[in-house]
Amino acid sequence: MTRRGTLLLAIGLVMLAGCGEATPTAPPRLILATTTSTYDSGLLDYLLPAFEEETGIQVEVVAVGTGQALELGRNGDADVLLVHAPDQEEAFVGMGYGVDREPVMYNDFVIVGPEEDPAGVAGLTNAAVAFAQIAAAEAPFVSRGDNSGTHMKERRIWLEAGIGPEGDWYISAGQGMGAVLTMAEELGAYTLTDRGTYLSRLAEGYSLPILVEGDPLLFNPYHVMAVNPEVHPNVNYEGAKRFIEWLTSLETQERIGAFTHAATGQPLFHPDSEAWRAAHP
Amino acid sequence: MATVLAGLQEGLRLLLSGDPYLWDIILRTGQVTGAALVVGSLLGIPLGALLGLTRFPGRRLVQTLIYTGMGLPPVLAGLAIYLLLSRNGILGPLDLPWIPKLFTPEAMVLAQVLIATPLIAGFTMAAVAGVDPDLRRQVEALGATRLQVAWAVLREARLGVLVSLVAGLGSILSEVGAVMLVGGNIEGSTRVLTTAILLETRRGNFDLAIGLGVVLLGLSFLVNLGATQLQGKGR
Repeated sequence: MTRRGTLLLAIGLVMLAGCGEATPTAPPRLILATTTSTYDSGLLDYLLPAFEEETGIQVEVVAVGTGQALELGRNGDADVLLVHAPDQEEAFVGMGYGVDREPVMYNDFVIVGPEEDPAGVAGLTNAAVAFAQIAAAEAPFVSRGDNSGTHMKERRIWLEAGIGPEGDWYISAGQGMGAVLTMAEELGAYTLTDRGTYLSRLAEGYSLPILVEGDPLLFNPYHVMAVNPEVHPNVNYEGAKRFIEWLTSLETQERIGAFTHAATGQPLFHPDSEAWRAAHP
Repeated sequence: MATVLAGLQEGLRLLLSGDPYLWDIILRTGQVTGAALVVGSLLGIPLGALLGLTRFPGRRLVQTLIYTGMGLPPVLAGLAIYLLLSRNGILGPLDLPWIPKLFTPEAMVLAQVLIATPLIAGFTMAAVAGVDPDLRRQVEALGATRLQVAWAVLREARLGVLVSLVAGLGSILSEVGAVMLVGGNIEGSTRVLTTAILLETRRGNFDLAIGLGVVLLGLSFLVNLGATQLQGKGR
């Protein structure tokens, strides 16, 4: 081998060694599988340092759709879940995969769409009626199509409207909320979005207005739960338990309520744990 | 257009001011892809040389497998490693210390090795096969062992081998699906340039996304510049 080749190999080996150093195995990992909405909004970056300081437990956040987060829990690849799809969560706990499920907070979904509003849904407060009108007008609608909590909520609304959405106007994107909002804007389409992600984009100059909001069906509750250690003995259940206690404690709940969207100053999540409800009857 | 310019400006500012978040990601990208390239070449170069120099039963099949691997969608490699390492998967439940855990840099290295090795092996095979057969006969006539023959041929084909390394590195440096799946894009642990770009775009932080993109583009340019320089000296 040439001297240069030896040098390249040496550099590579040094990098390899560095890679090992980068992941000290000393403190137990706590893997939190959560939805893109809690992470992308900056909420976890704002909350987690306090937990890490208090307990010394390093939380590793994997931000995916709710469907994938539940799947990670089912396979024992995550220790604790923070998700927003109540029906699926109940099934998950019912099948024995999850334990210690607790309410944490809520925000809401809104329907956004083009200013011209070809389906005439602006101002409606009934999401199912709005969806039915969009379908009747065959106005373009972008769906997440990714089994995320938002997608599950959307399917629930279609069910409520008694419509199986099909046709050229119904676009199943298979992407995250941010990408879907961009698609809806480019296509002049309607879509269902969580308010937090929408506000973040609004601050960046997003153009589609909110057309429908305030329906109880659009309520978006978040729950936390631990992956059942009896199913997956290797999960960090102790860490998960401490995390759940901390997240639902009055102190953390107050911080959730105080968290506002950086650019607009609007609150993004409303605290809703047992401890919070007891203190604010 | 204003977004793009502001992004470029902000990206360069972050890069030059030594922003710890950005540099942490750059360093980790270098570590993960560097490690994957070393392991991939330790596997791929000998395999490519073996296939290019010798005839053995089943060689065609191995060749076909390598060609298939060269066209493998990286995200499929990610899925394979995910299913392998998941606690509910094939190797995960064994819980052995030397098997990487999911959502660690080691798991990402494994996925990248799976992506890069067929490329390195395939290009090395082609380079070795292209060496003048006379060289081989001469070295053999001088009484060289098979290993020495292989070494001589690889030396002769070094430009082709270098190309194989650049192709391997290019493929894993720019890949996002597999490392997202098995790494999880965890801040300070498994976040690399491509997954960070995806996240920042999703978050609407286009300036940071563009900044990271500029770095990725620059790295890719440096790798290729280095390769062409070496090529020039090899002639």
